[in-house]
Amino acid sequence: MTCWETVQAYAFRSIGYGENLLPRTDFTLCQQFTLIGSGLIWNVYFGVLALAFGFFFAIAVALAKSSRRMLLRKPAEWFVFIFRGSPLFIQFFLAYESLQLLPKVGINVLGFTLETAWTTRAWAGALLVLFLNTSAYAAEIFHGALKSIPKGDLEAAEAYGLTGWQKFRRIQWPTMLRLAWPSYTNEAIFLFHATTLVFFSGFPAFRQMGDALYYAKYFADKTFNPFVPYPIVAVYFIALTLLLTFAFGLVNRRLNRHLPSNQKSRIRLRPQIIR
Amino acid sequence: MFAACADPKAIEGLTWAMCYLTSGKHLDFYWSFVTVLGLLAITAPTALAMGFAGATASRSRFLPVSLLGKGYAAIVRGVPDIVFFLFFVIALDQGIEYLKSLAVCPDHSWPWQGLEFRVCPEAKVPLGKSSAIWHQAYGFALAVFTFALVFGAFAANVLYGAMNAVPKAQLETAEAYGMSQSQVFRRILVPQMWVFALPGLSNLWMILIKATPLLFLLGVKDIVFWARELGGSKTQAYEYPHPDWRLWYFLGLLVFYLAFTKVSEIVLARISARLSHGQATAAGEAMRKAG
Repeated sequence: MTCWETVQAYAFRSIGYGENLLPRTDFTLCQQFTLIGSGLIWNVYFGVLALAFGFFFAIAVALAKSSRRMLLRKPAEWFVFIFRGSPLFIQFFLAYESLQLLPKVGINVLGFTLETAWTTRAWAGALLVLFLNTSAYAAEIFHGALKSIPKGDLEAAEAYGLTGWQKFRRIQWPTMLRLAWPSYTNEAIFLFHATTLVFFSGFPAFRQMGDALYYAKYFADKTFNPFVPYPIVAVYFIALTLLLTFAFGLVNRRLNRHLPSNQKSRIRLRPQIIR
Repeated sequence: MFAACADPKAIEGLTWAMCYLTSGKHLDFYWSFVTVLGLLAITAPTALAMGFAGATASRSRFLPVSLLGKGYAAIVRGVPDIVFFLFFVIALDQGIEYLKSLAVCPDHSWPWQGLEFRVCPEAKVPLGKSSAIWHQAYGFALAVFTFALVFGAFAANVLYGAMNAVPKAQLETAEAYGMSQSQVFRRILVPQMWVFALPGLSNLWMILIKATPLLFLLGVKDIVFWARELGGSKTQAYEYPHPDWRLWYFLGLLVFYLAFTKVSEIVLARISARLSHGQATAAGEAMRKAG
């Protein structure tokens, strides 16, 4: 098989297109690059969707957490504590086991049967966990940013007669985003790294459709040689990290566009480990 | 364990729960908590020591040493999370076996032949015929070393920052009093740097706690392994007299981790208050004013 044929056969293997059987003998570098790259589709899927949904939920939680009302503040505090205080790995297991307890035949709602089988599949179940997890971490970041909005800004807003939604929309929201953005960039990178845990934590890889690390482990187990597949994963992830930093950097530039150059906040990479 | 549990048919209700929770497998499960705590107890000081060595090396005036210290922190921190764990344990294992094979094997052929890693049976670590406990201990040791190496790099970064945060005037004063470089380091720099290092180190400790379930991925029989094993209604070897209880076991683990995090937070807050006492920082100043 030439390399181009391998790419055609395996480039979309992780989402179920192309060759059905994974390579079993005569592993080539090309195969490893293609399959692991194909698995990266899942990492991007989990990362992008969890971030996109999580962003809005996180801001809601952050606002609830800084609310003066107990009824809003307490649940938000508990939510953040539970998801930040326990390992993501355990959260995955727990979610998988509890989703399995849903009745297999589906739930009857007003005559319609609601299917439940799909919730135990990785694309839905793991996404839910990652969404909640990143929401909790990001909520803490946004909460911190809300707290560090300069008092003078808020007083000035009130002096101009801005209250409630208007004050939030015009003053708090842009300042909060600007202050939180560098940390939020790190959270995003960190989340993409965390997506590699999905297929090691209860959620089975349906028809061997897994993520980048799943295929890397497949190759490492088959060839007994970790020195090729894992560095390939690392290369892919470093590229992904650079791309993310660039994209988030553009947003950061826009958020800081009104400030003189010496006051702009800069994104500093703070790589972190397992959550 | 108890005499009442000897006859499985006669036990009911609470006695059943008591017998169930003290079965041999459950005792193994409880021991695995000790494994996790042991991992933390060994890893934390080792990582701190490696971090301290790394930070001291980074500050060295001798270029190769400082490059070594900075390189260590940069390389380990740059590689994404669990890839490092999965990769490093196998790489370390194969490295050890390769070095041993050079010493004990009759032929010195390159072990990475085609699709497998092949050394002669005498070079296996631990030997194929050693008891299971040695295999487990070896796996645990590899895991501890990997954890210490990874977290050491992060600790090195934190401590390097903390050493730089100690006010320069303090060091210069010490020099003016005629202290040598090593005296300044020992008497002035090290005692004062902890208060600056503490927030970063607390953060690391929290991450370390949450990284312990990865032991499961490294093949150690830890709490995650036992929770899966005991909770399932059927495993490869046993059938348990209960339906699928994995959810409850994992819920137990969740509570364990949350409680551990909470206790750590409280203890670290106390340490922070103690270290801030009499320091030239905002927290120390606040304590002085309070009283």
